[in-house]
Parts: sequence; structure tokens; C-alpha cells
Amino acid sequence: MKNILKSAVAILSILVAFTSCNNSSKSGGKSGALAGNVAEKVYVAPGEHDEFYAFISGGFSGQLSVYGLPSGRLFKVIPVFSQDAEKAYGYNEETKPMLNTSHGFVPWDDSHHPDISQTNGVIDGRWVFINGNNTPRIAKIDLSTFETTEIIEVPNSAGNHSSSFVTENTEYVVAGTRFSIPIPQKDMPIKDYKGNFKGALSFISVDPEHGHMDIKFQLIMPGFDYDLAHPGRGASHGWFFFSTYNSEEASTLLEVNASQNDKDFIAAVNWKKIEEYVNNGGGTMMPANYAHNVYDESTHTAKSTMKKEVLVVNPADVPGAVYLLPTPKSPHGCDVDPSGEYIVGNGKLSANLTVHSFTKMLNAIADKKIAGDAYGIPILNFEDVLAGVVEQPGLGPLHTEFDGKGNAYTTFFISSEVVKWKLGTWEVVDRQPCYYSVGHLMIPGGNSQKPFGKYVVAMNKITKDRYLPTGPEVTQSAQLYDISGEKMELLLDFPTVGEPHYAAGCPADLIKPRSKKIFKLEDNNHPYAAKSEADTKVVRDGNVVHIYMTTIRSHFAPDNIEGIKVGDKVYFHITNLEQDYDVPHGVSIIGANTSELLIMPGQTETFVWEPKQVGVWPFYCTDFCSALHQEMQGYVRVSPANSNTPLKWSLGEDIE
Amino acid sequence: MKALLNILAILSIVLALSCGGKAEKKKPFSYEKQSTTETSTTVKSEKLPASKTVDLKNKGIGPISSITLDAEINQEMATHGADVFKKMCTACHRPDKKFIGPAPKGILERRTPEWVMNMILNPDEMTQNDPLARELLIEFNGSPMANQNLSEEDARAVLEYFRTLK
Repeated sequence: MKNILKSAVAILSILVAFTSCNNSSKSGGKSGALAGNVAEKVYVAPGEHDEFYAFISGGFSGQLSVYGLPSGRLFKVIPVFSQDAEKAYGYNEETKPMLNTSHGFVPWDDSHHPDISQTNGVIDGRWVFINGNNTPRIAKIDLSTFETTEIIEVPNSAGNHSSSFVTENTEYVVAGTRFSIPIPQKDMPIKDYKGNFKGALSFISVDPEHGHMDIKFQLIMPGFDYDLAHPGRGASHGWFFFSTYNSEEASTLLEVNASQNDKDFIAAVNWKKIEEYVNNGGGTMMPANYAHNVYDESTHTAKSTMKKEVLVVNPADVPGAVYLLPTPKSPHGCDVDPSGEYIVGNGKLSANLTVHSFTKMLNAIADKKIAGDAYGIPILNFEDVLAGVVEQPGLGPLHTEFDGKGNAYTTFFISSEVVKWKLGTWEVVDRQPCYYSVGHLMIPGGNSQKPFGKYVVAMNKITKDRYLPTGPEVTQSAQLYDISGEKMELLLDFPTVGEPHYAAGCPADLIKPRSKKIFKLEDNNHPYAAKSEADTKVVRDGNVVHIYMTTIRSHFAPDNIEGIKVGDKVYFHITNLEQDYDVPHGVSIIGANTSELLIMPGQTETFVWEPKQVGVWPFYCTDFCSALHQEMQGYVRVSPANSNTPLKWSLGEDIE
Repeated sequence: MKALLNILAILSIVLALSCGGKAEKKKPFSYEKQSTTETSTTVKSEKLPASKTVDLKNKGIGPISSITLDAEINQEMATHGADVFKKMCTACHRPDKKFIGPAPKGILERRTPEWVMNMILNPDEMTQNDPLARELLIEFNGSPMANQNLSEEDARAVLEYFRTLK
């Protein structure tokens, strides 16, 4: 009480101080920024590099944005689950297979939780994984190229939300279903949900060398909603924790019906135990149908394979593998501290934050203190597993991250703030407002044994008056706080692409030295590559025409093509012969019903053109490549379908 | 003058339209067309174009400060160099005639071997700071010499191949 009074007085006096000495100021944040000379802390001089990478998901944009911290500068939007005309992702022939699913070509998804790969509990900067919520998928982005190189669809899942979190050595990337569904899917009345719908938690193994993903097993759990998850680490390595809501198993009006129980659960899954069970032949192979899409850097081409079965495990068949920890009330975030001892359940409808103890959980299990069961899964006593409670820290707790110095930082959606509190004593240390309605927050390395506790990024759903208005639809935002001191300090607001749902960050030095500059021409194994101008040609096969074309500053070879006819299907296979850093070329032709190509040095990409009109049609380089970029152009002569115009191609025949 | 040109242009378009697209052989339009030989004589002074200038002292700017060529051409190296040249350079260079860039034929009669290798290995800096390379860039319409990221070994082999072009 004394503390509250003290901090109230402190806050009041700060407010008074700011309002009295700066009449023009409207917000405390602005005054704070001026007062603390904050600009210097986020200023990265022209030509200098940021200290951290931040990979911020695009939410409903389906993509992943790459920012620098502390500047908040946007470097790249990596296309993942949505087509991107700028980069031809999902438009060119090479990457279309990346978006294949059991439902056909799905050009969009809702990307949520990026997580960086780890080795020995520390992030290693090799890959970022991210989940697609809507048509359940997990993607892997290679951080040497910053390109999506693999996407695996998750069968028996719906609303792939408690995903995509990696274990301490990236043994698994885990994907849990938010919506429970009939498994296998079938035609049945919705009202028969209870007891019949199931929730699948998928453990996707990651090949340590290539990162290739494969669903090792799916744990078929009761029909709750599995909301978020985090792996155990250190002592709790080998366990995975999932928050649940809707333990009521409602199928309608969930805002009321899923808020009935005083407590839902955090499901603790001993995946090592299940892995052992599976390795010894346990589990049932069930028929399934899901896409596995792999991009091969040597052919610059993706391939989609439909997989036809998946191994499922009934938790009742593996005694001691799954326990339910009662957690008030509809917990959202499920966050594990760097030591692996504390599991924070952010009960979004609860007044308090609940923290469970891994040690106490093990003791309760050893002492067989079981309170009951849900469909055969033992429920432990709330009091037996409880480490502590952060009393009334704010309204609507969602997510918690850690600074590695014994502090935790929790976002509160309703009261729109970040609250810093101490692990072990559970006392609130500081609170800072967010503008507005914060969801996730991110400390670089936050989901690991070794967070880099210098900054926290809060990701806001609503900005209202924070930026120049842009009509009814305004940007969402991220806010950067300095957390190196006792008190947090708001440094910067920056707008984001789509919804900044969650993020992962790491020191730039982990990634920068490994970032590829070019693709080597000699390693290009694209079946339609032309690795020198001598290899360029035009080949007709019926009404299909393949053009093997090259680019270099500042011409296409060939750049005059004749003998194409209306009704042809023309494949432009373009190889960029450049072998220098940052010399891409682009290309498109008038009337192409697809996007441009943007081809990196040494790469081959393909677009399809189906000319519908007779004439001579120009194509040109779409990426300003050199002083002679405007000269980088060519013509295709299109003759009537029944004409006999011979197939010819050339470059610079009458030069000199 | 400009107005006259415009009128001429419009007139020619009208003429073209009246022809109805029949592929008649039209008299090619020409306006102060430059040829490389003319450039050297008409553009200022008697100064030779950079592509013809002989400078056997300048070693250029880059990683190569000194190399010695054996009296005999190393055929094996030259063959490898020809292969590298074919793969990495022919998009802009023909061995014996001007293309996008100058022909390498006889280059060692005009340049030091170091300069040639530095031009291959360090073209960005060369075209910015080496006077001859800069003039070449202008002479060749600002078409940049692409850095194809050759290894020193490959660049050396290309140089050996150039020795065979006579």
C-alpha cells in the first residue's frame, strides 16, 4: 500500500512537472522524449547499422517485416504466406508451389508468431519460423537469404495459433490448434462439439543441418482452444506448455460461454516422453492430406509434395506425459522465464497474473497429488503448482517477456500498458503506457535462456491520433522502450506493416556476417537457366514457347524475338548474369497477367505470358539498374495464330 | 531548330500513319549519329579516346600491385581463362570487336597487366578514381563495367587468355 502511494505520488509529481513546464505538450510521452534527450538513443547515423534485427510479423498481411532496432527502420518485408507482386513471390513459376495446400493454392494467411532457431537454449540466427493461422501452416525463413524456403501444412488443425515456438535445440517447432475440430474431419452437427471435437498439438521435427520440417507426431487433446505455447528450458527442457481457454467446450457465443469456468488450464506436455514412445513404435498412423513445400536454393525453385499420413498420439496411451495446471481465467500468453522454472499464465480475464513453478509441478506429480482428470488427462491442484501471484498489476494481461536480469514485462491490453515486475517477489517495479491497446511485446532473445535485455518492443493494435491520419484505416504500430535501467523509458513509435502481431529479435552480429550477397552462377541448377549469353535461345514445343533469356547491365539477351503467335503460352526464363552485390534486374511485358520478376544476381526466375493480340510488344527492366536502365528494353513480335513467321531471336545484330 | 525538328517528327509520324503499316523500307532517320572513330576526332582536340590510349605505366587501383608475365603463354591457364571469359564476360565483351564494352584484343599493348586485372577485380573503384577507366566509362555511354566477382586466380587466367588474342 505504501508502495502504491509512493508510486502514485511519483507519477503525479512527474505529470505535474511536465505539464507545468511545457504548455504546448499534449502527451507525457512527448515530454519524456524531449526531457530525456531520447532522440539520441534511437538515432542511427546515415550509413551506420542498427544493433538488433527485429522480425515483426505482419498479422493479416501474412508476411514478416524486418526492422532495425533501435532506429525502427524497415529493411524488408519478407513474403511468407501472401503473394507479393513486388518480389514475384507466389506469382512466378518458381514460388507458386510455396502456397500450395490441401485446399489448393491459398494466396494469403494470417502470420502470427515468429521464433528464431536455437542451439543450446540460445538463439543462433539460422532460421525464423512463423505460423499461418487460417489455413494451418508453418513456414521457415532462411536468414542467410531472408527468403521463405519451406512451408508445411498442419493437418487436423484449425486456427494454428499456439505456434510456432521452437525448443532449446530446435528439435521441434511446435504448432497447436486454436480451434478444436472433428478428427478426422467429418459431417456432423456442430452442437455435438462437446467430447467429440479434439485439439491437435503438432510436434514438427527440424533437421539440424538443412532445417527440413517433418511432422513427428500430433498429440490429440480434448476439445479446448489451445491459445499460446512456450517450451521449457534449462531444467524444464523436454516439456512444452500450452495455455487453453474454452475448457467449457462451447461452440457458440464464446465470449460468454467460454468464460464460465473460474479456471482453464495450462497443459504441460512432456514431449521427450512422447518422443520416446513414438520412437519405440507408439502412436497410430492415420490417413491425412497436407502439403509440404520446399524451396531449393540451387534450382531457385520450390516443389510441393502432398503427404498422405500423420502419426497421432492419444495422451491417455502415454501415462505421465501430459498434465493440466489449473490457471485463472482464460489464460492467453503462456510464457516461460529464462531459467525454465516459472511458467506465467496471463489470465486475460483475471485480476492477477498467475505464475506456476516447474519444480512444484514435478513434486506434485511425484507425490501423485491429482485433483481430477479431463478425458483421462490428470489435473493437478492449483495451489500445488503455484509459484506466486502478481496482485492486480493491470487489466487484461496478455503476454510476458523477460530481460534475463530477474525481471518480467507483461502487456495489459485493456489498461494499455507494459508492467515490469520481479520474478520471485512478484512485486511491480514500473509501468509505462502504450499507445494504444498493446498485444505482444518482444525483448530480443526473449524466448531463450539468454535474452538481450536492452530494449522491449510493444506492439499496438490501435494508433488513432498517434500519426498523421490516413482515412479510416490507420497504421498499427510498435513502440520501443529502453529497459536497461530500473524504470522503462519510451523511446520511439514506429508504424508497422499489417498487424504487428508478435516479433522475434536478435543481435545483428548473429545474422549480418552470414547474409548472402549473391547467388553464384556456377551453382545455379535451374532447369531453364541460361548461364551465359551463348546459352540463350527460344524453343517452341507446340504452342508452348520457352525463352531462355539473360540480363546484365544494361541489356536483355535476346532482346528481339519474332515468331511468337497469338494463343502461345510463353515462358520467360530470365537468368541474371550479374555477380555483384545489389544488382538485381526486373522484367515484365505489356499485358502479362502476372507480376514482374525481380531477379537477384545469379538467380533464374520465370513468368508466363499468353499474348492475346497481334503486334510488336515491348518488355523492359523494371528495377532501376544502371545509368542505361532506360535503354534496357526489348520487343516481341506476335503474329496471328495461323501465321508462319519463323522463330527468331537476336541481340544487337547491327551494332557497328 | 527544336521547333523545326518537332515539325519534322510530326510530319514523319503522319507519313508513317498514311502508309498504313505496310513494311515499306523507310529512309532511316539520322541526326548527328556518332561513330567511335569520329568521336575521337570531332569531340575536342586531337586527344585519343581512352580505348585507344596507350599507358604502360598506370597499374590502376585495386588488389593487384605487381605481377610478372612469363615469356611463354601458359596454355593451360589461358584455356581456363577463355572458359571464364565465356561464362562471365561475353554478355558485354566480344574478344575482337567492340560490343557493350571494348574488345580485349591487344589490350596488353595498351595497358599494364596489373591495370587489366584491377579493372576486372575492382571495377567500381576503377571507374570512379582511375582516370583512364573513368574516360572509358564515358566513351562507352556510361555502361558500367560489371563486377563479376572473379577470384584473383580466375582474373589472372582471363589475363593469360587475353595474351592469346592477337
